[in-house]
Amino acid sequence: MGNKGLDKAISGEYALGFEIDIETETVPPGLNESTIAFISKKKEEPSWMLDLRLKALKKWESMTEPHWAKLDYEPIDYQAISYYAAPKESLESLDEVDPKILEAYNKLGISLEEQKQLAGVKVAVDAVVDSVSVTTTYSEELKKHGVIFCSISEAIRDYPELIKKYMFSVVPMSDNYFAALNAAVFTDGTFVYIPKGVRCPMELSTYFRINAINTGQFERTLIVADEGSYVSYNEGCSAPTRDEHQLHAAVVELIILKDAEIKYSTIQNWFPGDENGKGGIYNFVTKRAICKGDNAKVSWTQVETGSAITWKYPSCILKGDNSVGEFYSVAVTTLAQQADTGTKMIHIGKNTSSTIISKGISAMKGQNTYRGLVKMNKSAVGARNYSECDSLLIGSQCGAHTFPYLESKDTKGQIEHEATTSKISDEQLFYLRQRGISEEDAVSMIVHGFCKEVFSKLPMEYAVEAKALLELTLEGSVG
Amino acid sequence: MSSIMKIENLQAKIGDKEILKGLNLELEPGKVHAIMGPNGAGKSTLSKAIVGHYDVDVTDGNIIYKNQIINDIAPEKRALEGIFLSFQHPVEIPGVNNAYFLRTALNAKRKHEGKEELDAAAFLRLMKEYLTLLDMKSDMISRSLNVGFSGGEKKRNEILQMMLLEPEVIILDEIDSGLDIDALRAVSEGINKMKDGKRSFLVITHYSRILDYIKPDYIHVLKEGKIIKTAGPELVAQLEEHGYDGIEEE
Repeated sequence: MGNKGLDKAISGEYALGFEIDIETETVPPGLNESTIAFISKKKEEPSWMLDLRLKALKKWESMTEPHWAKLDYEPIDYQAISYYAAPKESLESLDEVDPKILEAYNKLGISLEEQKQLAGVKVAVDAVVDSVSVTTTYSEELKKHGVIFCSISEAIRDYPELIKKYMFSVVPMSDNYFAALNAAVFTDGTFVYIPKGVRCPMELSTYFRINAINTGQFERTLIVADEGSYVSYNEGCSAPTRDEHQLHAAVVELIILKDAEIKYSTIQNWFPGDENGKGGIYNFVTKRAICKGDNAKVSWTQVETGSAITWKYPSCILKGDNSVGEFYSVAVTTLAQQADTGTKMIHIGKNTSSTIISKGISAMKGQNTYRGLVKMNKSAVGARNYSECDSLLIGSQCGAHTFPYLESKDTKGQIEHEATTSKISDEQLFYLRQRGISEEDAVSMIVHGFCKEVFSKLPMEYAVEAKALLELTLEGSVG
Repeated sequence: MSSIMKIENLQAKIGDKEILKGLNLELEPGKVHAIMGPNGAGKSTLSKAIVGHYDVDVTDGNIIYKNQIINDIAPEKRALEGIFLSFQHPVEIPGVNNAYFLRTALNAKRKHEGKEELDAAAFLRLMKEYLTLLDMKSDMISRSLNVGFSGGEKKRNEILQMMLLEPEVIILDEIDSGLDIDALRAVSEGINKMKDGKRSFLVITHYSRILDYIKPDYIHVLKEGKIIKTAGPELVAQLEEHGYDGIEEE
């Protein structure tokens, strides 16, 4: 976890800032026009946004919850959810935090100050003053390059033209049930715009943004990379965050214009529930990128270890000629977690190419499903795809499933698919132990070996976090 | 002469099958002991029992190492205390870099001995020396552990680990199987280099060929789960001529 100073600043400003006037207002559970109006008003939105939200609500009401995924969960009562939750109350000290979470923080090597802000404990004022300058430095640096990096609500108010042009252009509000729900009620999220020819001078992270640490229930993120620009964006973190919402339905839209590139990395470690599947977060995410211009490139890299239910298919629409889409994923399911994840690569432009590397790890009673689509339109002359889906099983109660879908419409496209399923064998473990390596270290060595291709795609600092997280997640799942 | 390892009346099963039926054996420090015997006599079971392999169920008797009964000691503990097995079929572990594995094993051992961990530079220097000695290509340590290694490369890599970890009891399970003459020579050279007058070797073999390269001090004949004869190296010639059938229990 980097930028400790910034992290402090984030929570600090939160604690000092606007919590006070919102705290008293809550919205009763249920979803209807007045809830939407309340949200829109809270966010001081222009009327066109409210109209869009109401339109989305209508769409959502006409749709039904999808159940094609290999996921098994209790029905969700959408009218029992509160769609505008007041910010979490700050805790007085770390003593009030679940000892299990503290243990995880310590194992991940998170400093006390960071622990406090992750857990939502009030942070001392001196820590804030200390780091405000850091925050200012980075925002000035970004401004100098013309990069816009702000919350989605600010963007709706300050950059209506960009929002009107790009929001819903990749994931339309009627795209799917959860996307429609998000469009109606989203309250958090990030907007990034990288101007023409600009290489964003730093890795952007949700950490940098005020309030982002407060994991939103219905986040909406929009990133636009204008012609010839580049940005690397990191979302989430390895530390388990305190969160009372069970349903999460986020939407991420990426727009990549000619010669531009977006690298989007995610580490997700939300509460997975217990070994019987009780509690835990339901994570229904729609993430999609469009390579609009020629030679555009997008890569999704994700490390998914949390949540009870994961429904997530970061996708790439390769419209521009020679555009490139990549998907690198490690999904871990242990305890009673279920993940149905994968990607869609839609080839439209000529000579487009895509790569899919998916690594699923299942332990204990975890169920891991890869679901991927590679579609080559008639126009995609010379398109290429390479897919590799590997599953690793630890123990005998878990499961791994692979559903690759291929659609090739009479192009001369080239599609290669490889899939393997392996088990951490007793022989492998024994071999390492005979060389004096402890059983736990032996397991993590084998697992890291399995995930290596994906971890190598993460920004360095993130890769270190991912490694530690994996170790922690699989602790005690063997033997 | 006091022994470094003593095996007393060892009885062991694999599954429901009794394999070792009251085996006695003493390893002397600094000596090379060869275990010879027909297929199915229990040679591999013996080596597995010594290192605590999960397949083997010790039902009676003791394995005593440095005056301590180790029957119930975890495999990694036995390894850290100096027992090393060169596997007959080293397992492949994809994605695990060989150098990373070697360094982890070495540092686990150093930590156990209260020594400082070896940094990457010092480790690589050490590697270079051993690779030359074993006539191994330098890219061998940057590949995934045993993945795609030829039979000879796998065995050389076992010996490399042995040299690195400097164990006190070294069990070589069919080290010569699948080796061509050059590999056999390189592997034997590595093993002979490890002789220091203190370390003991347990050479488990089906054929006498390896014993031309690693000179044994004792020959033990293992048959039907017991050591039935112990003699000097002159026994090899007799076994070659008459086979195991001619050997009677002493």
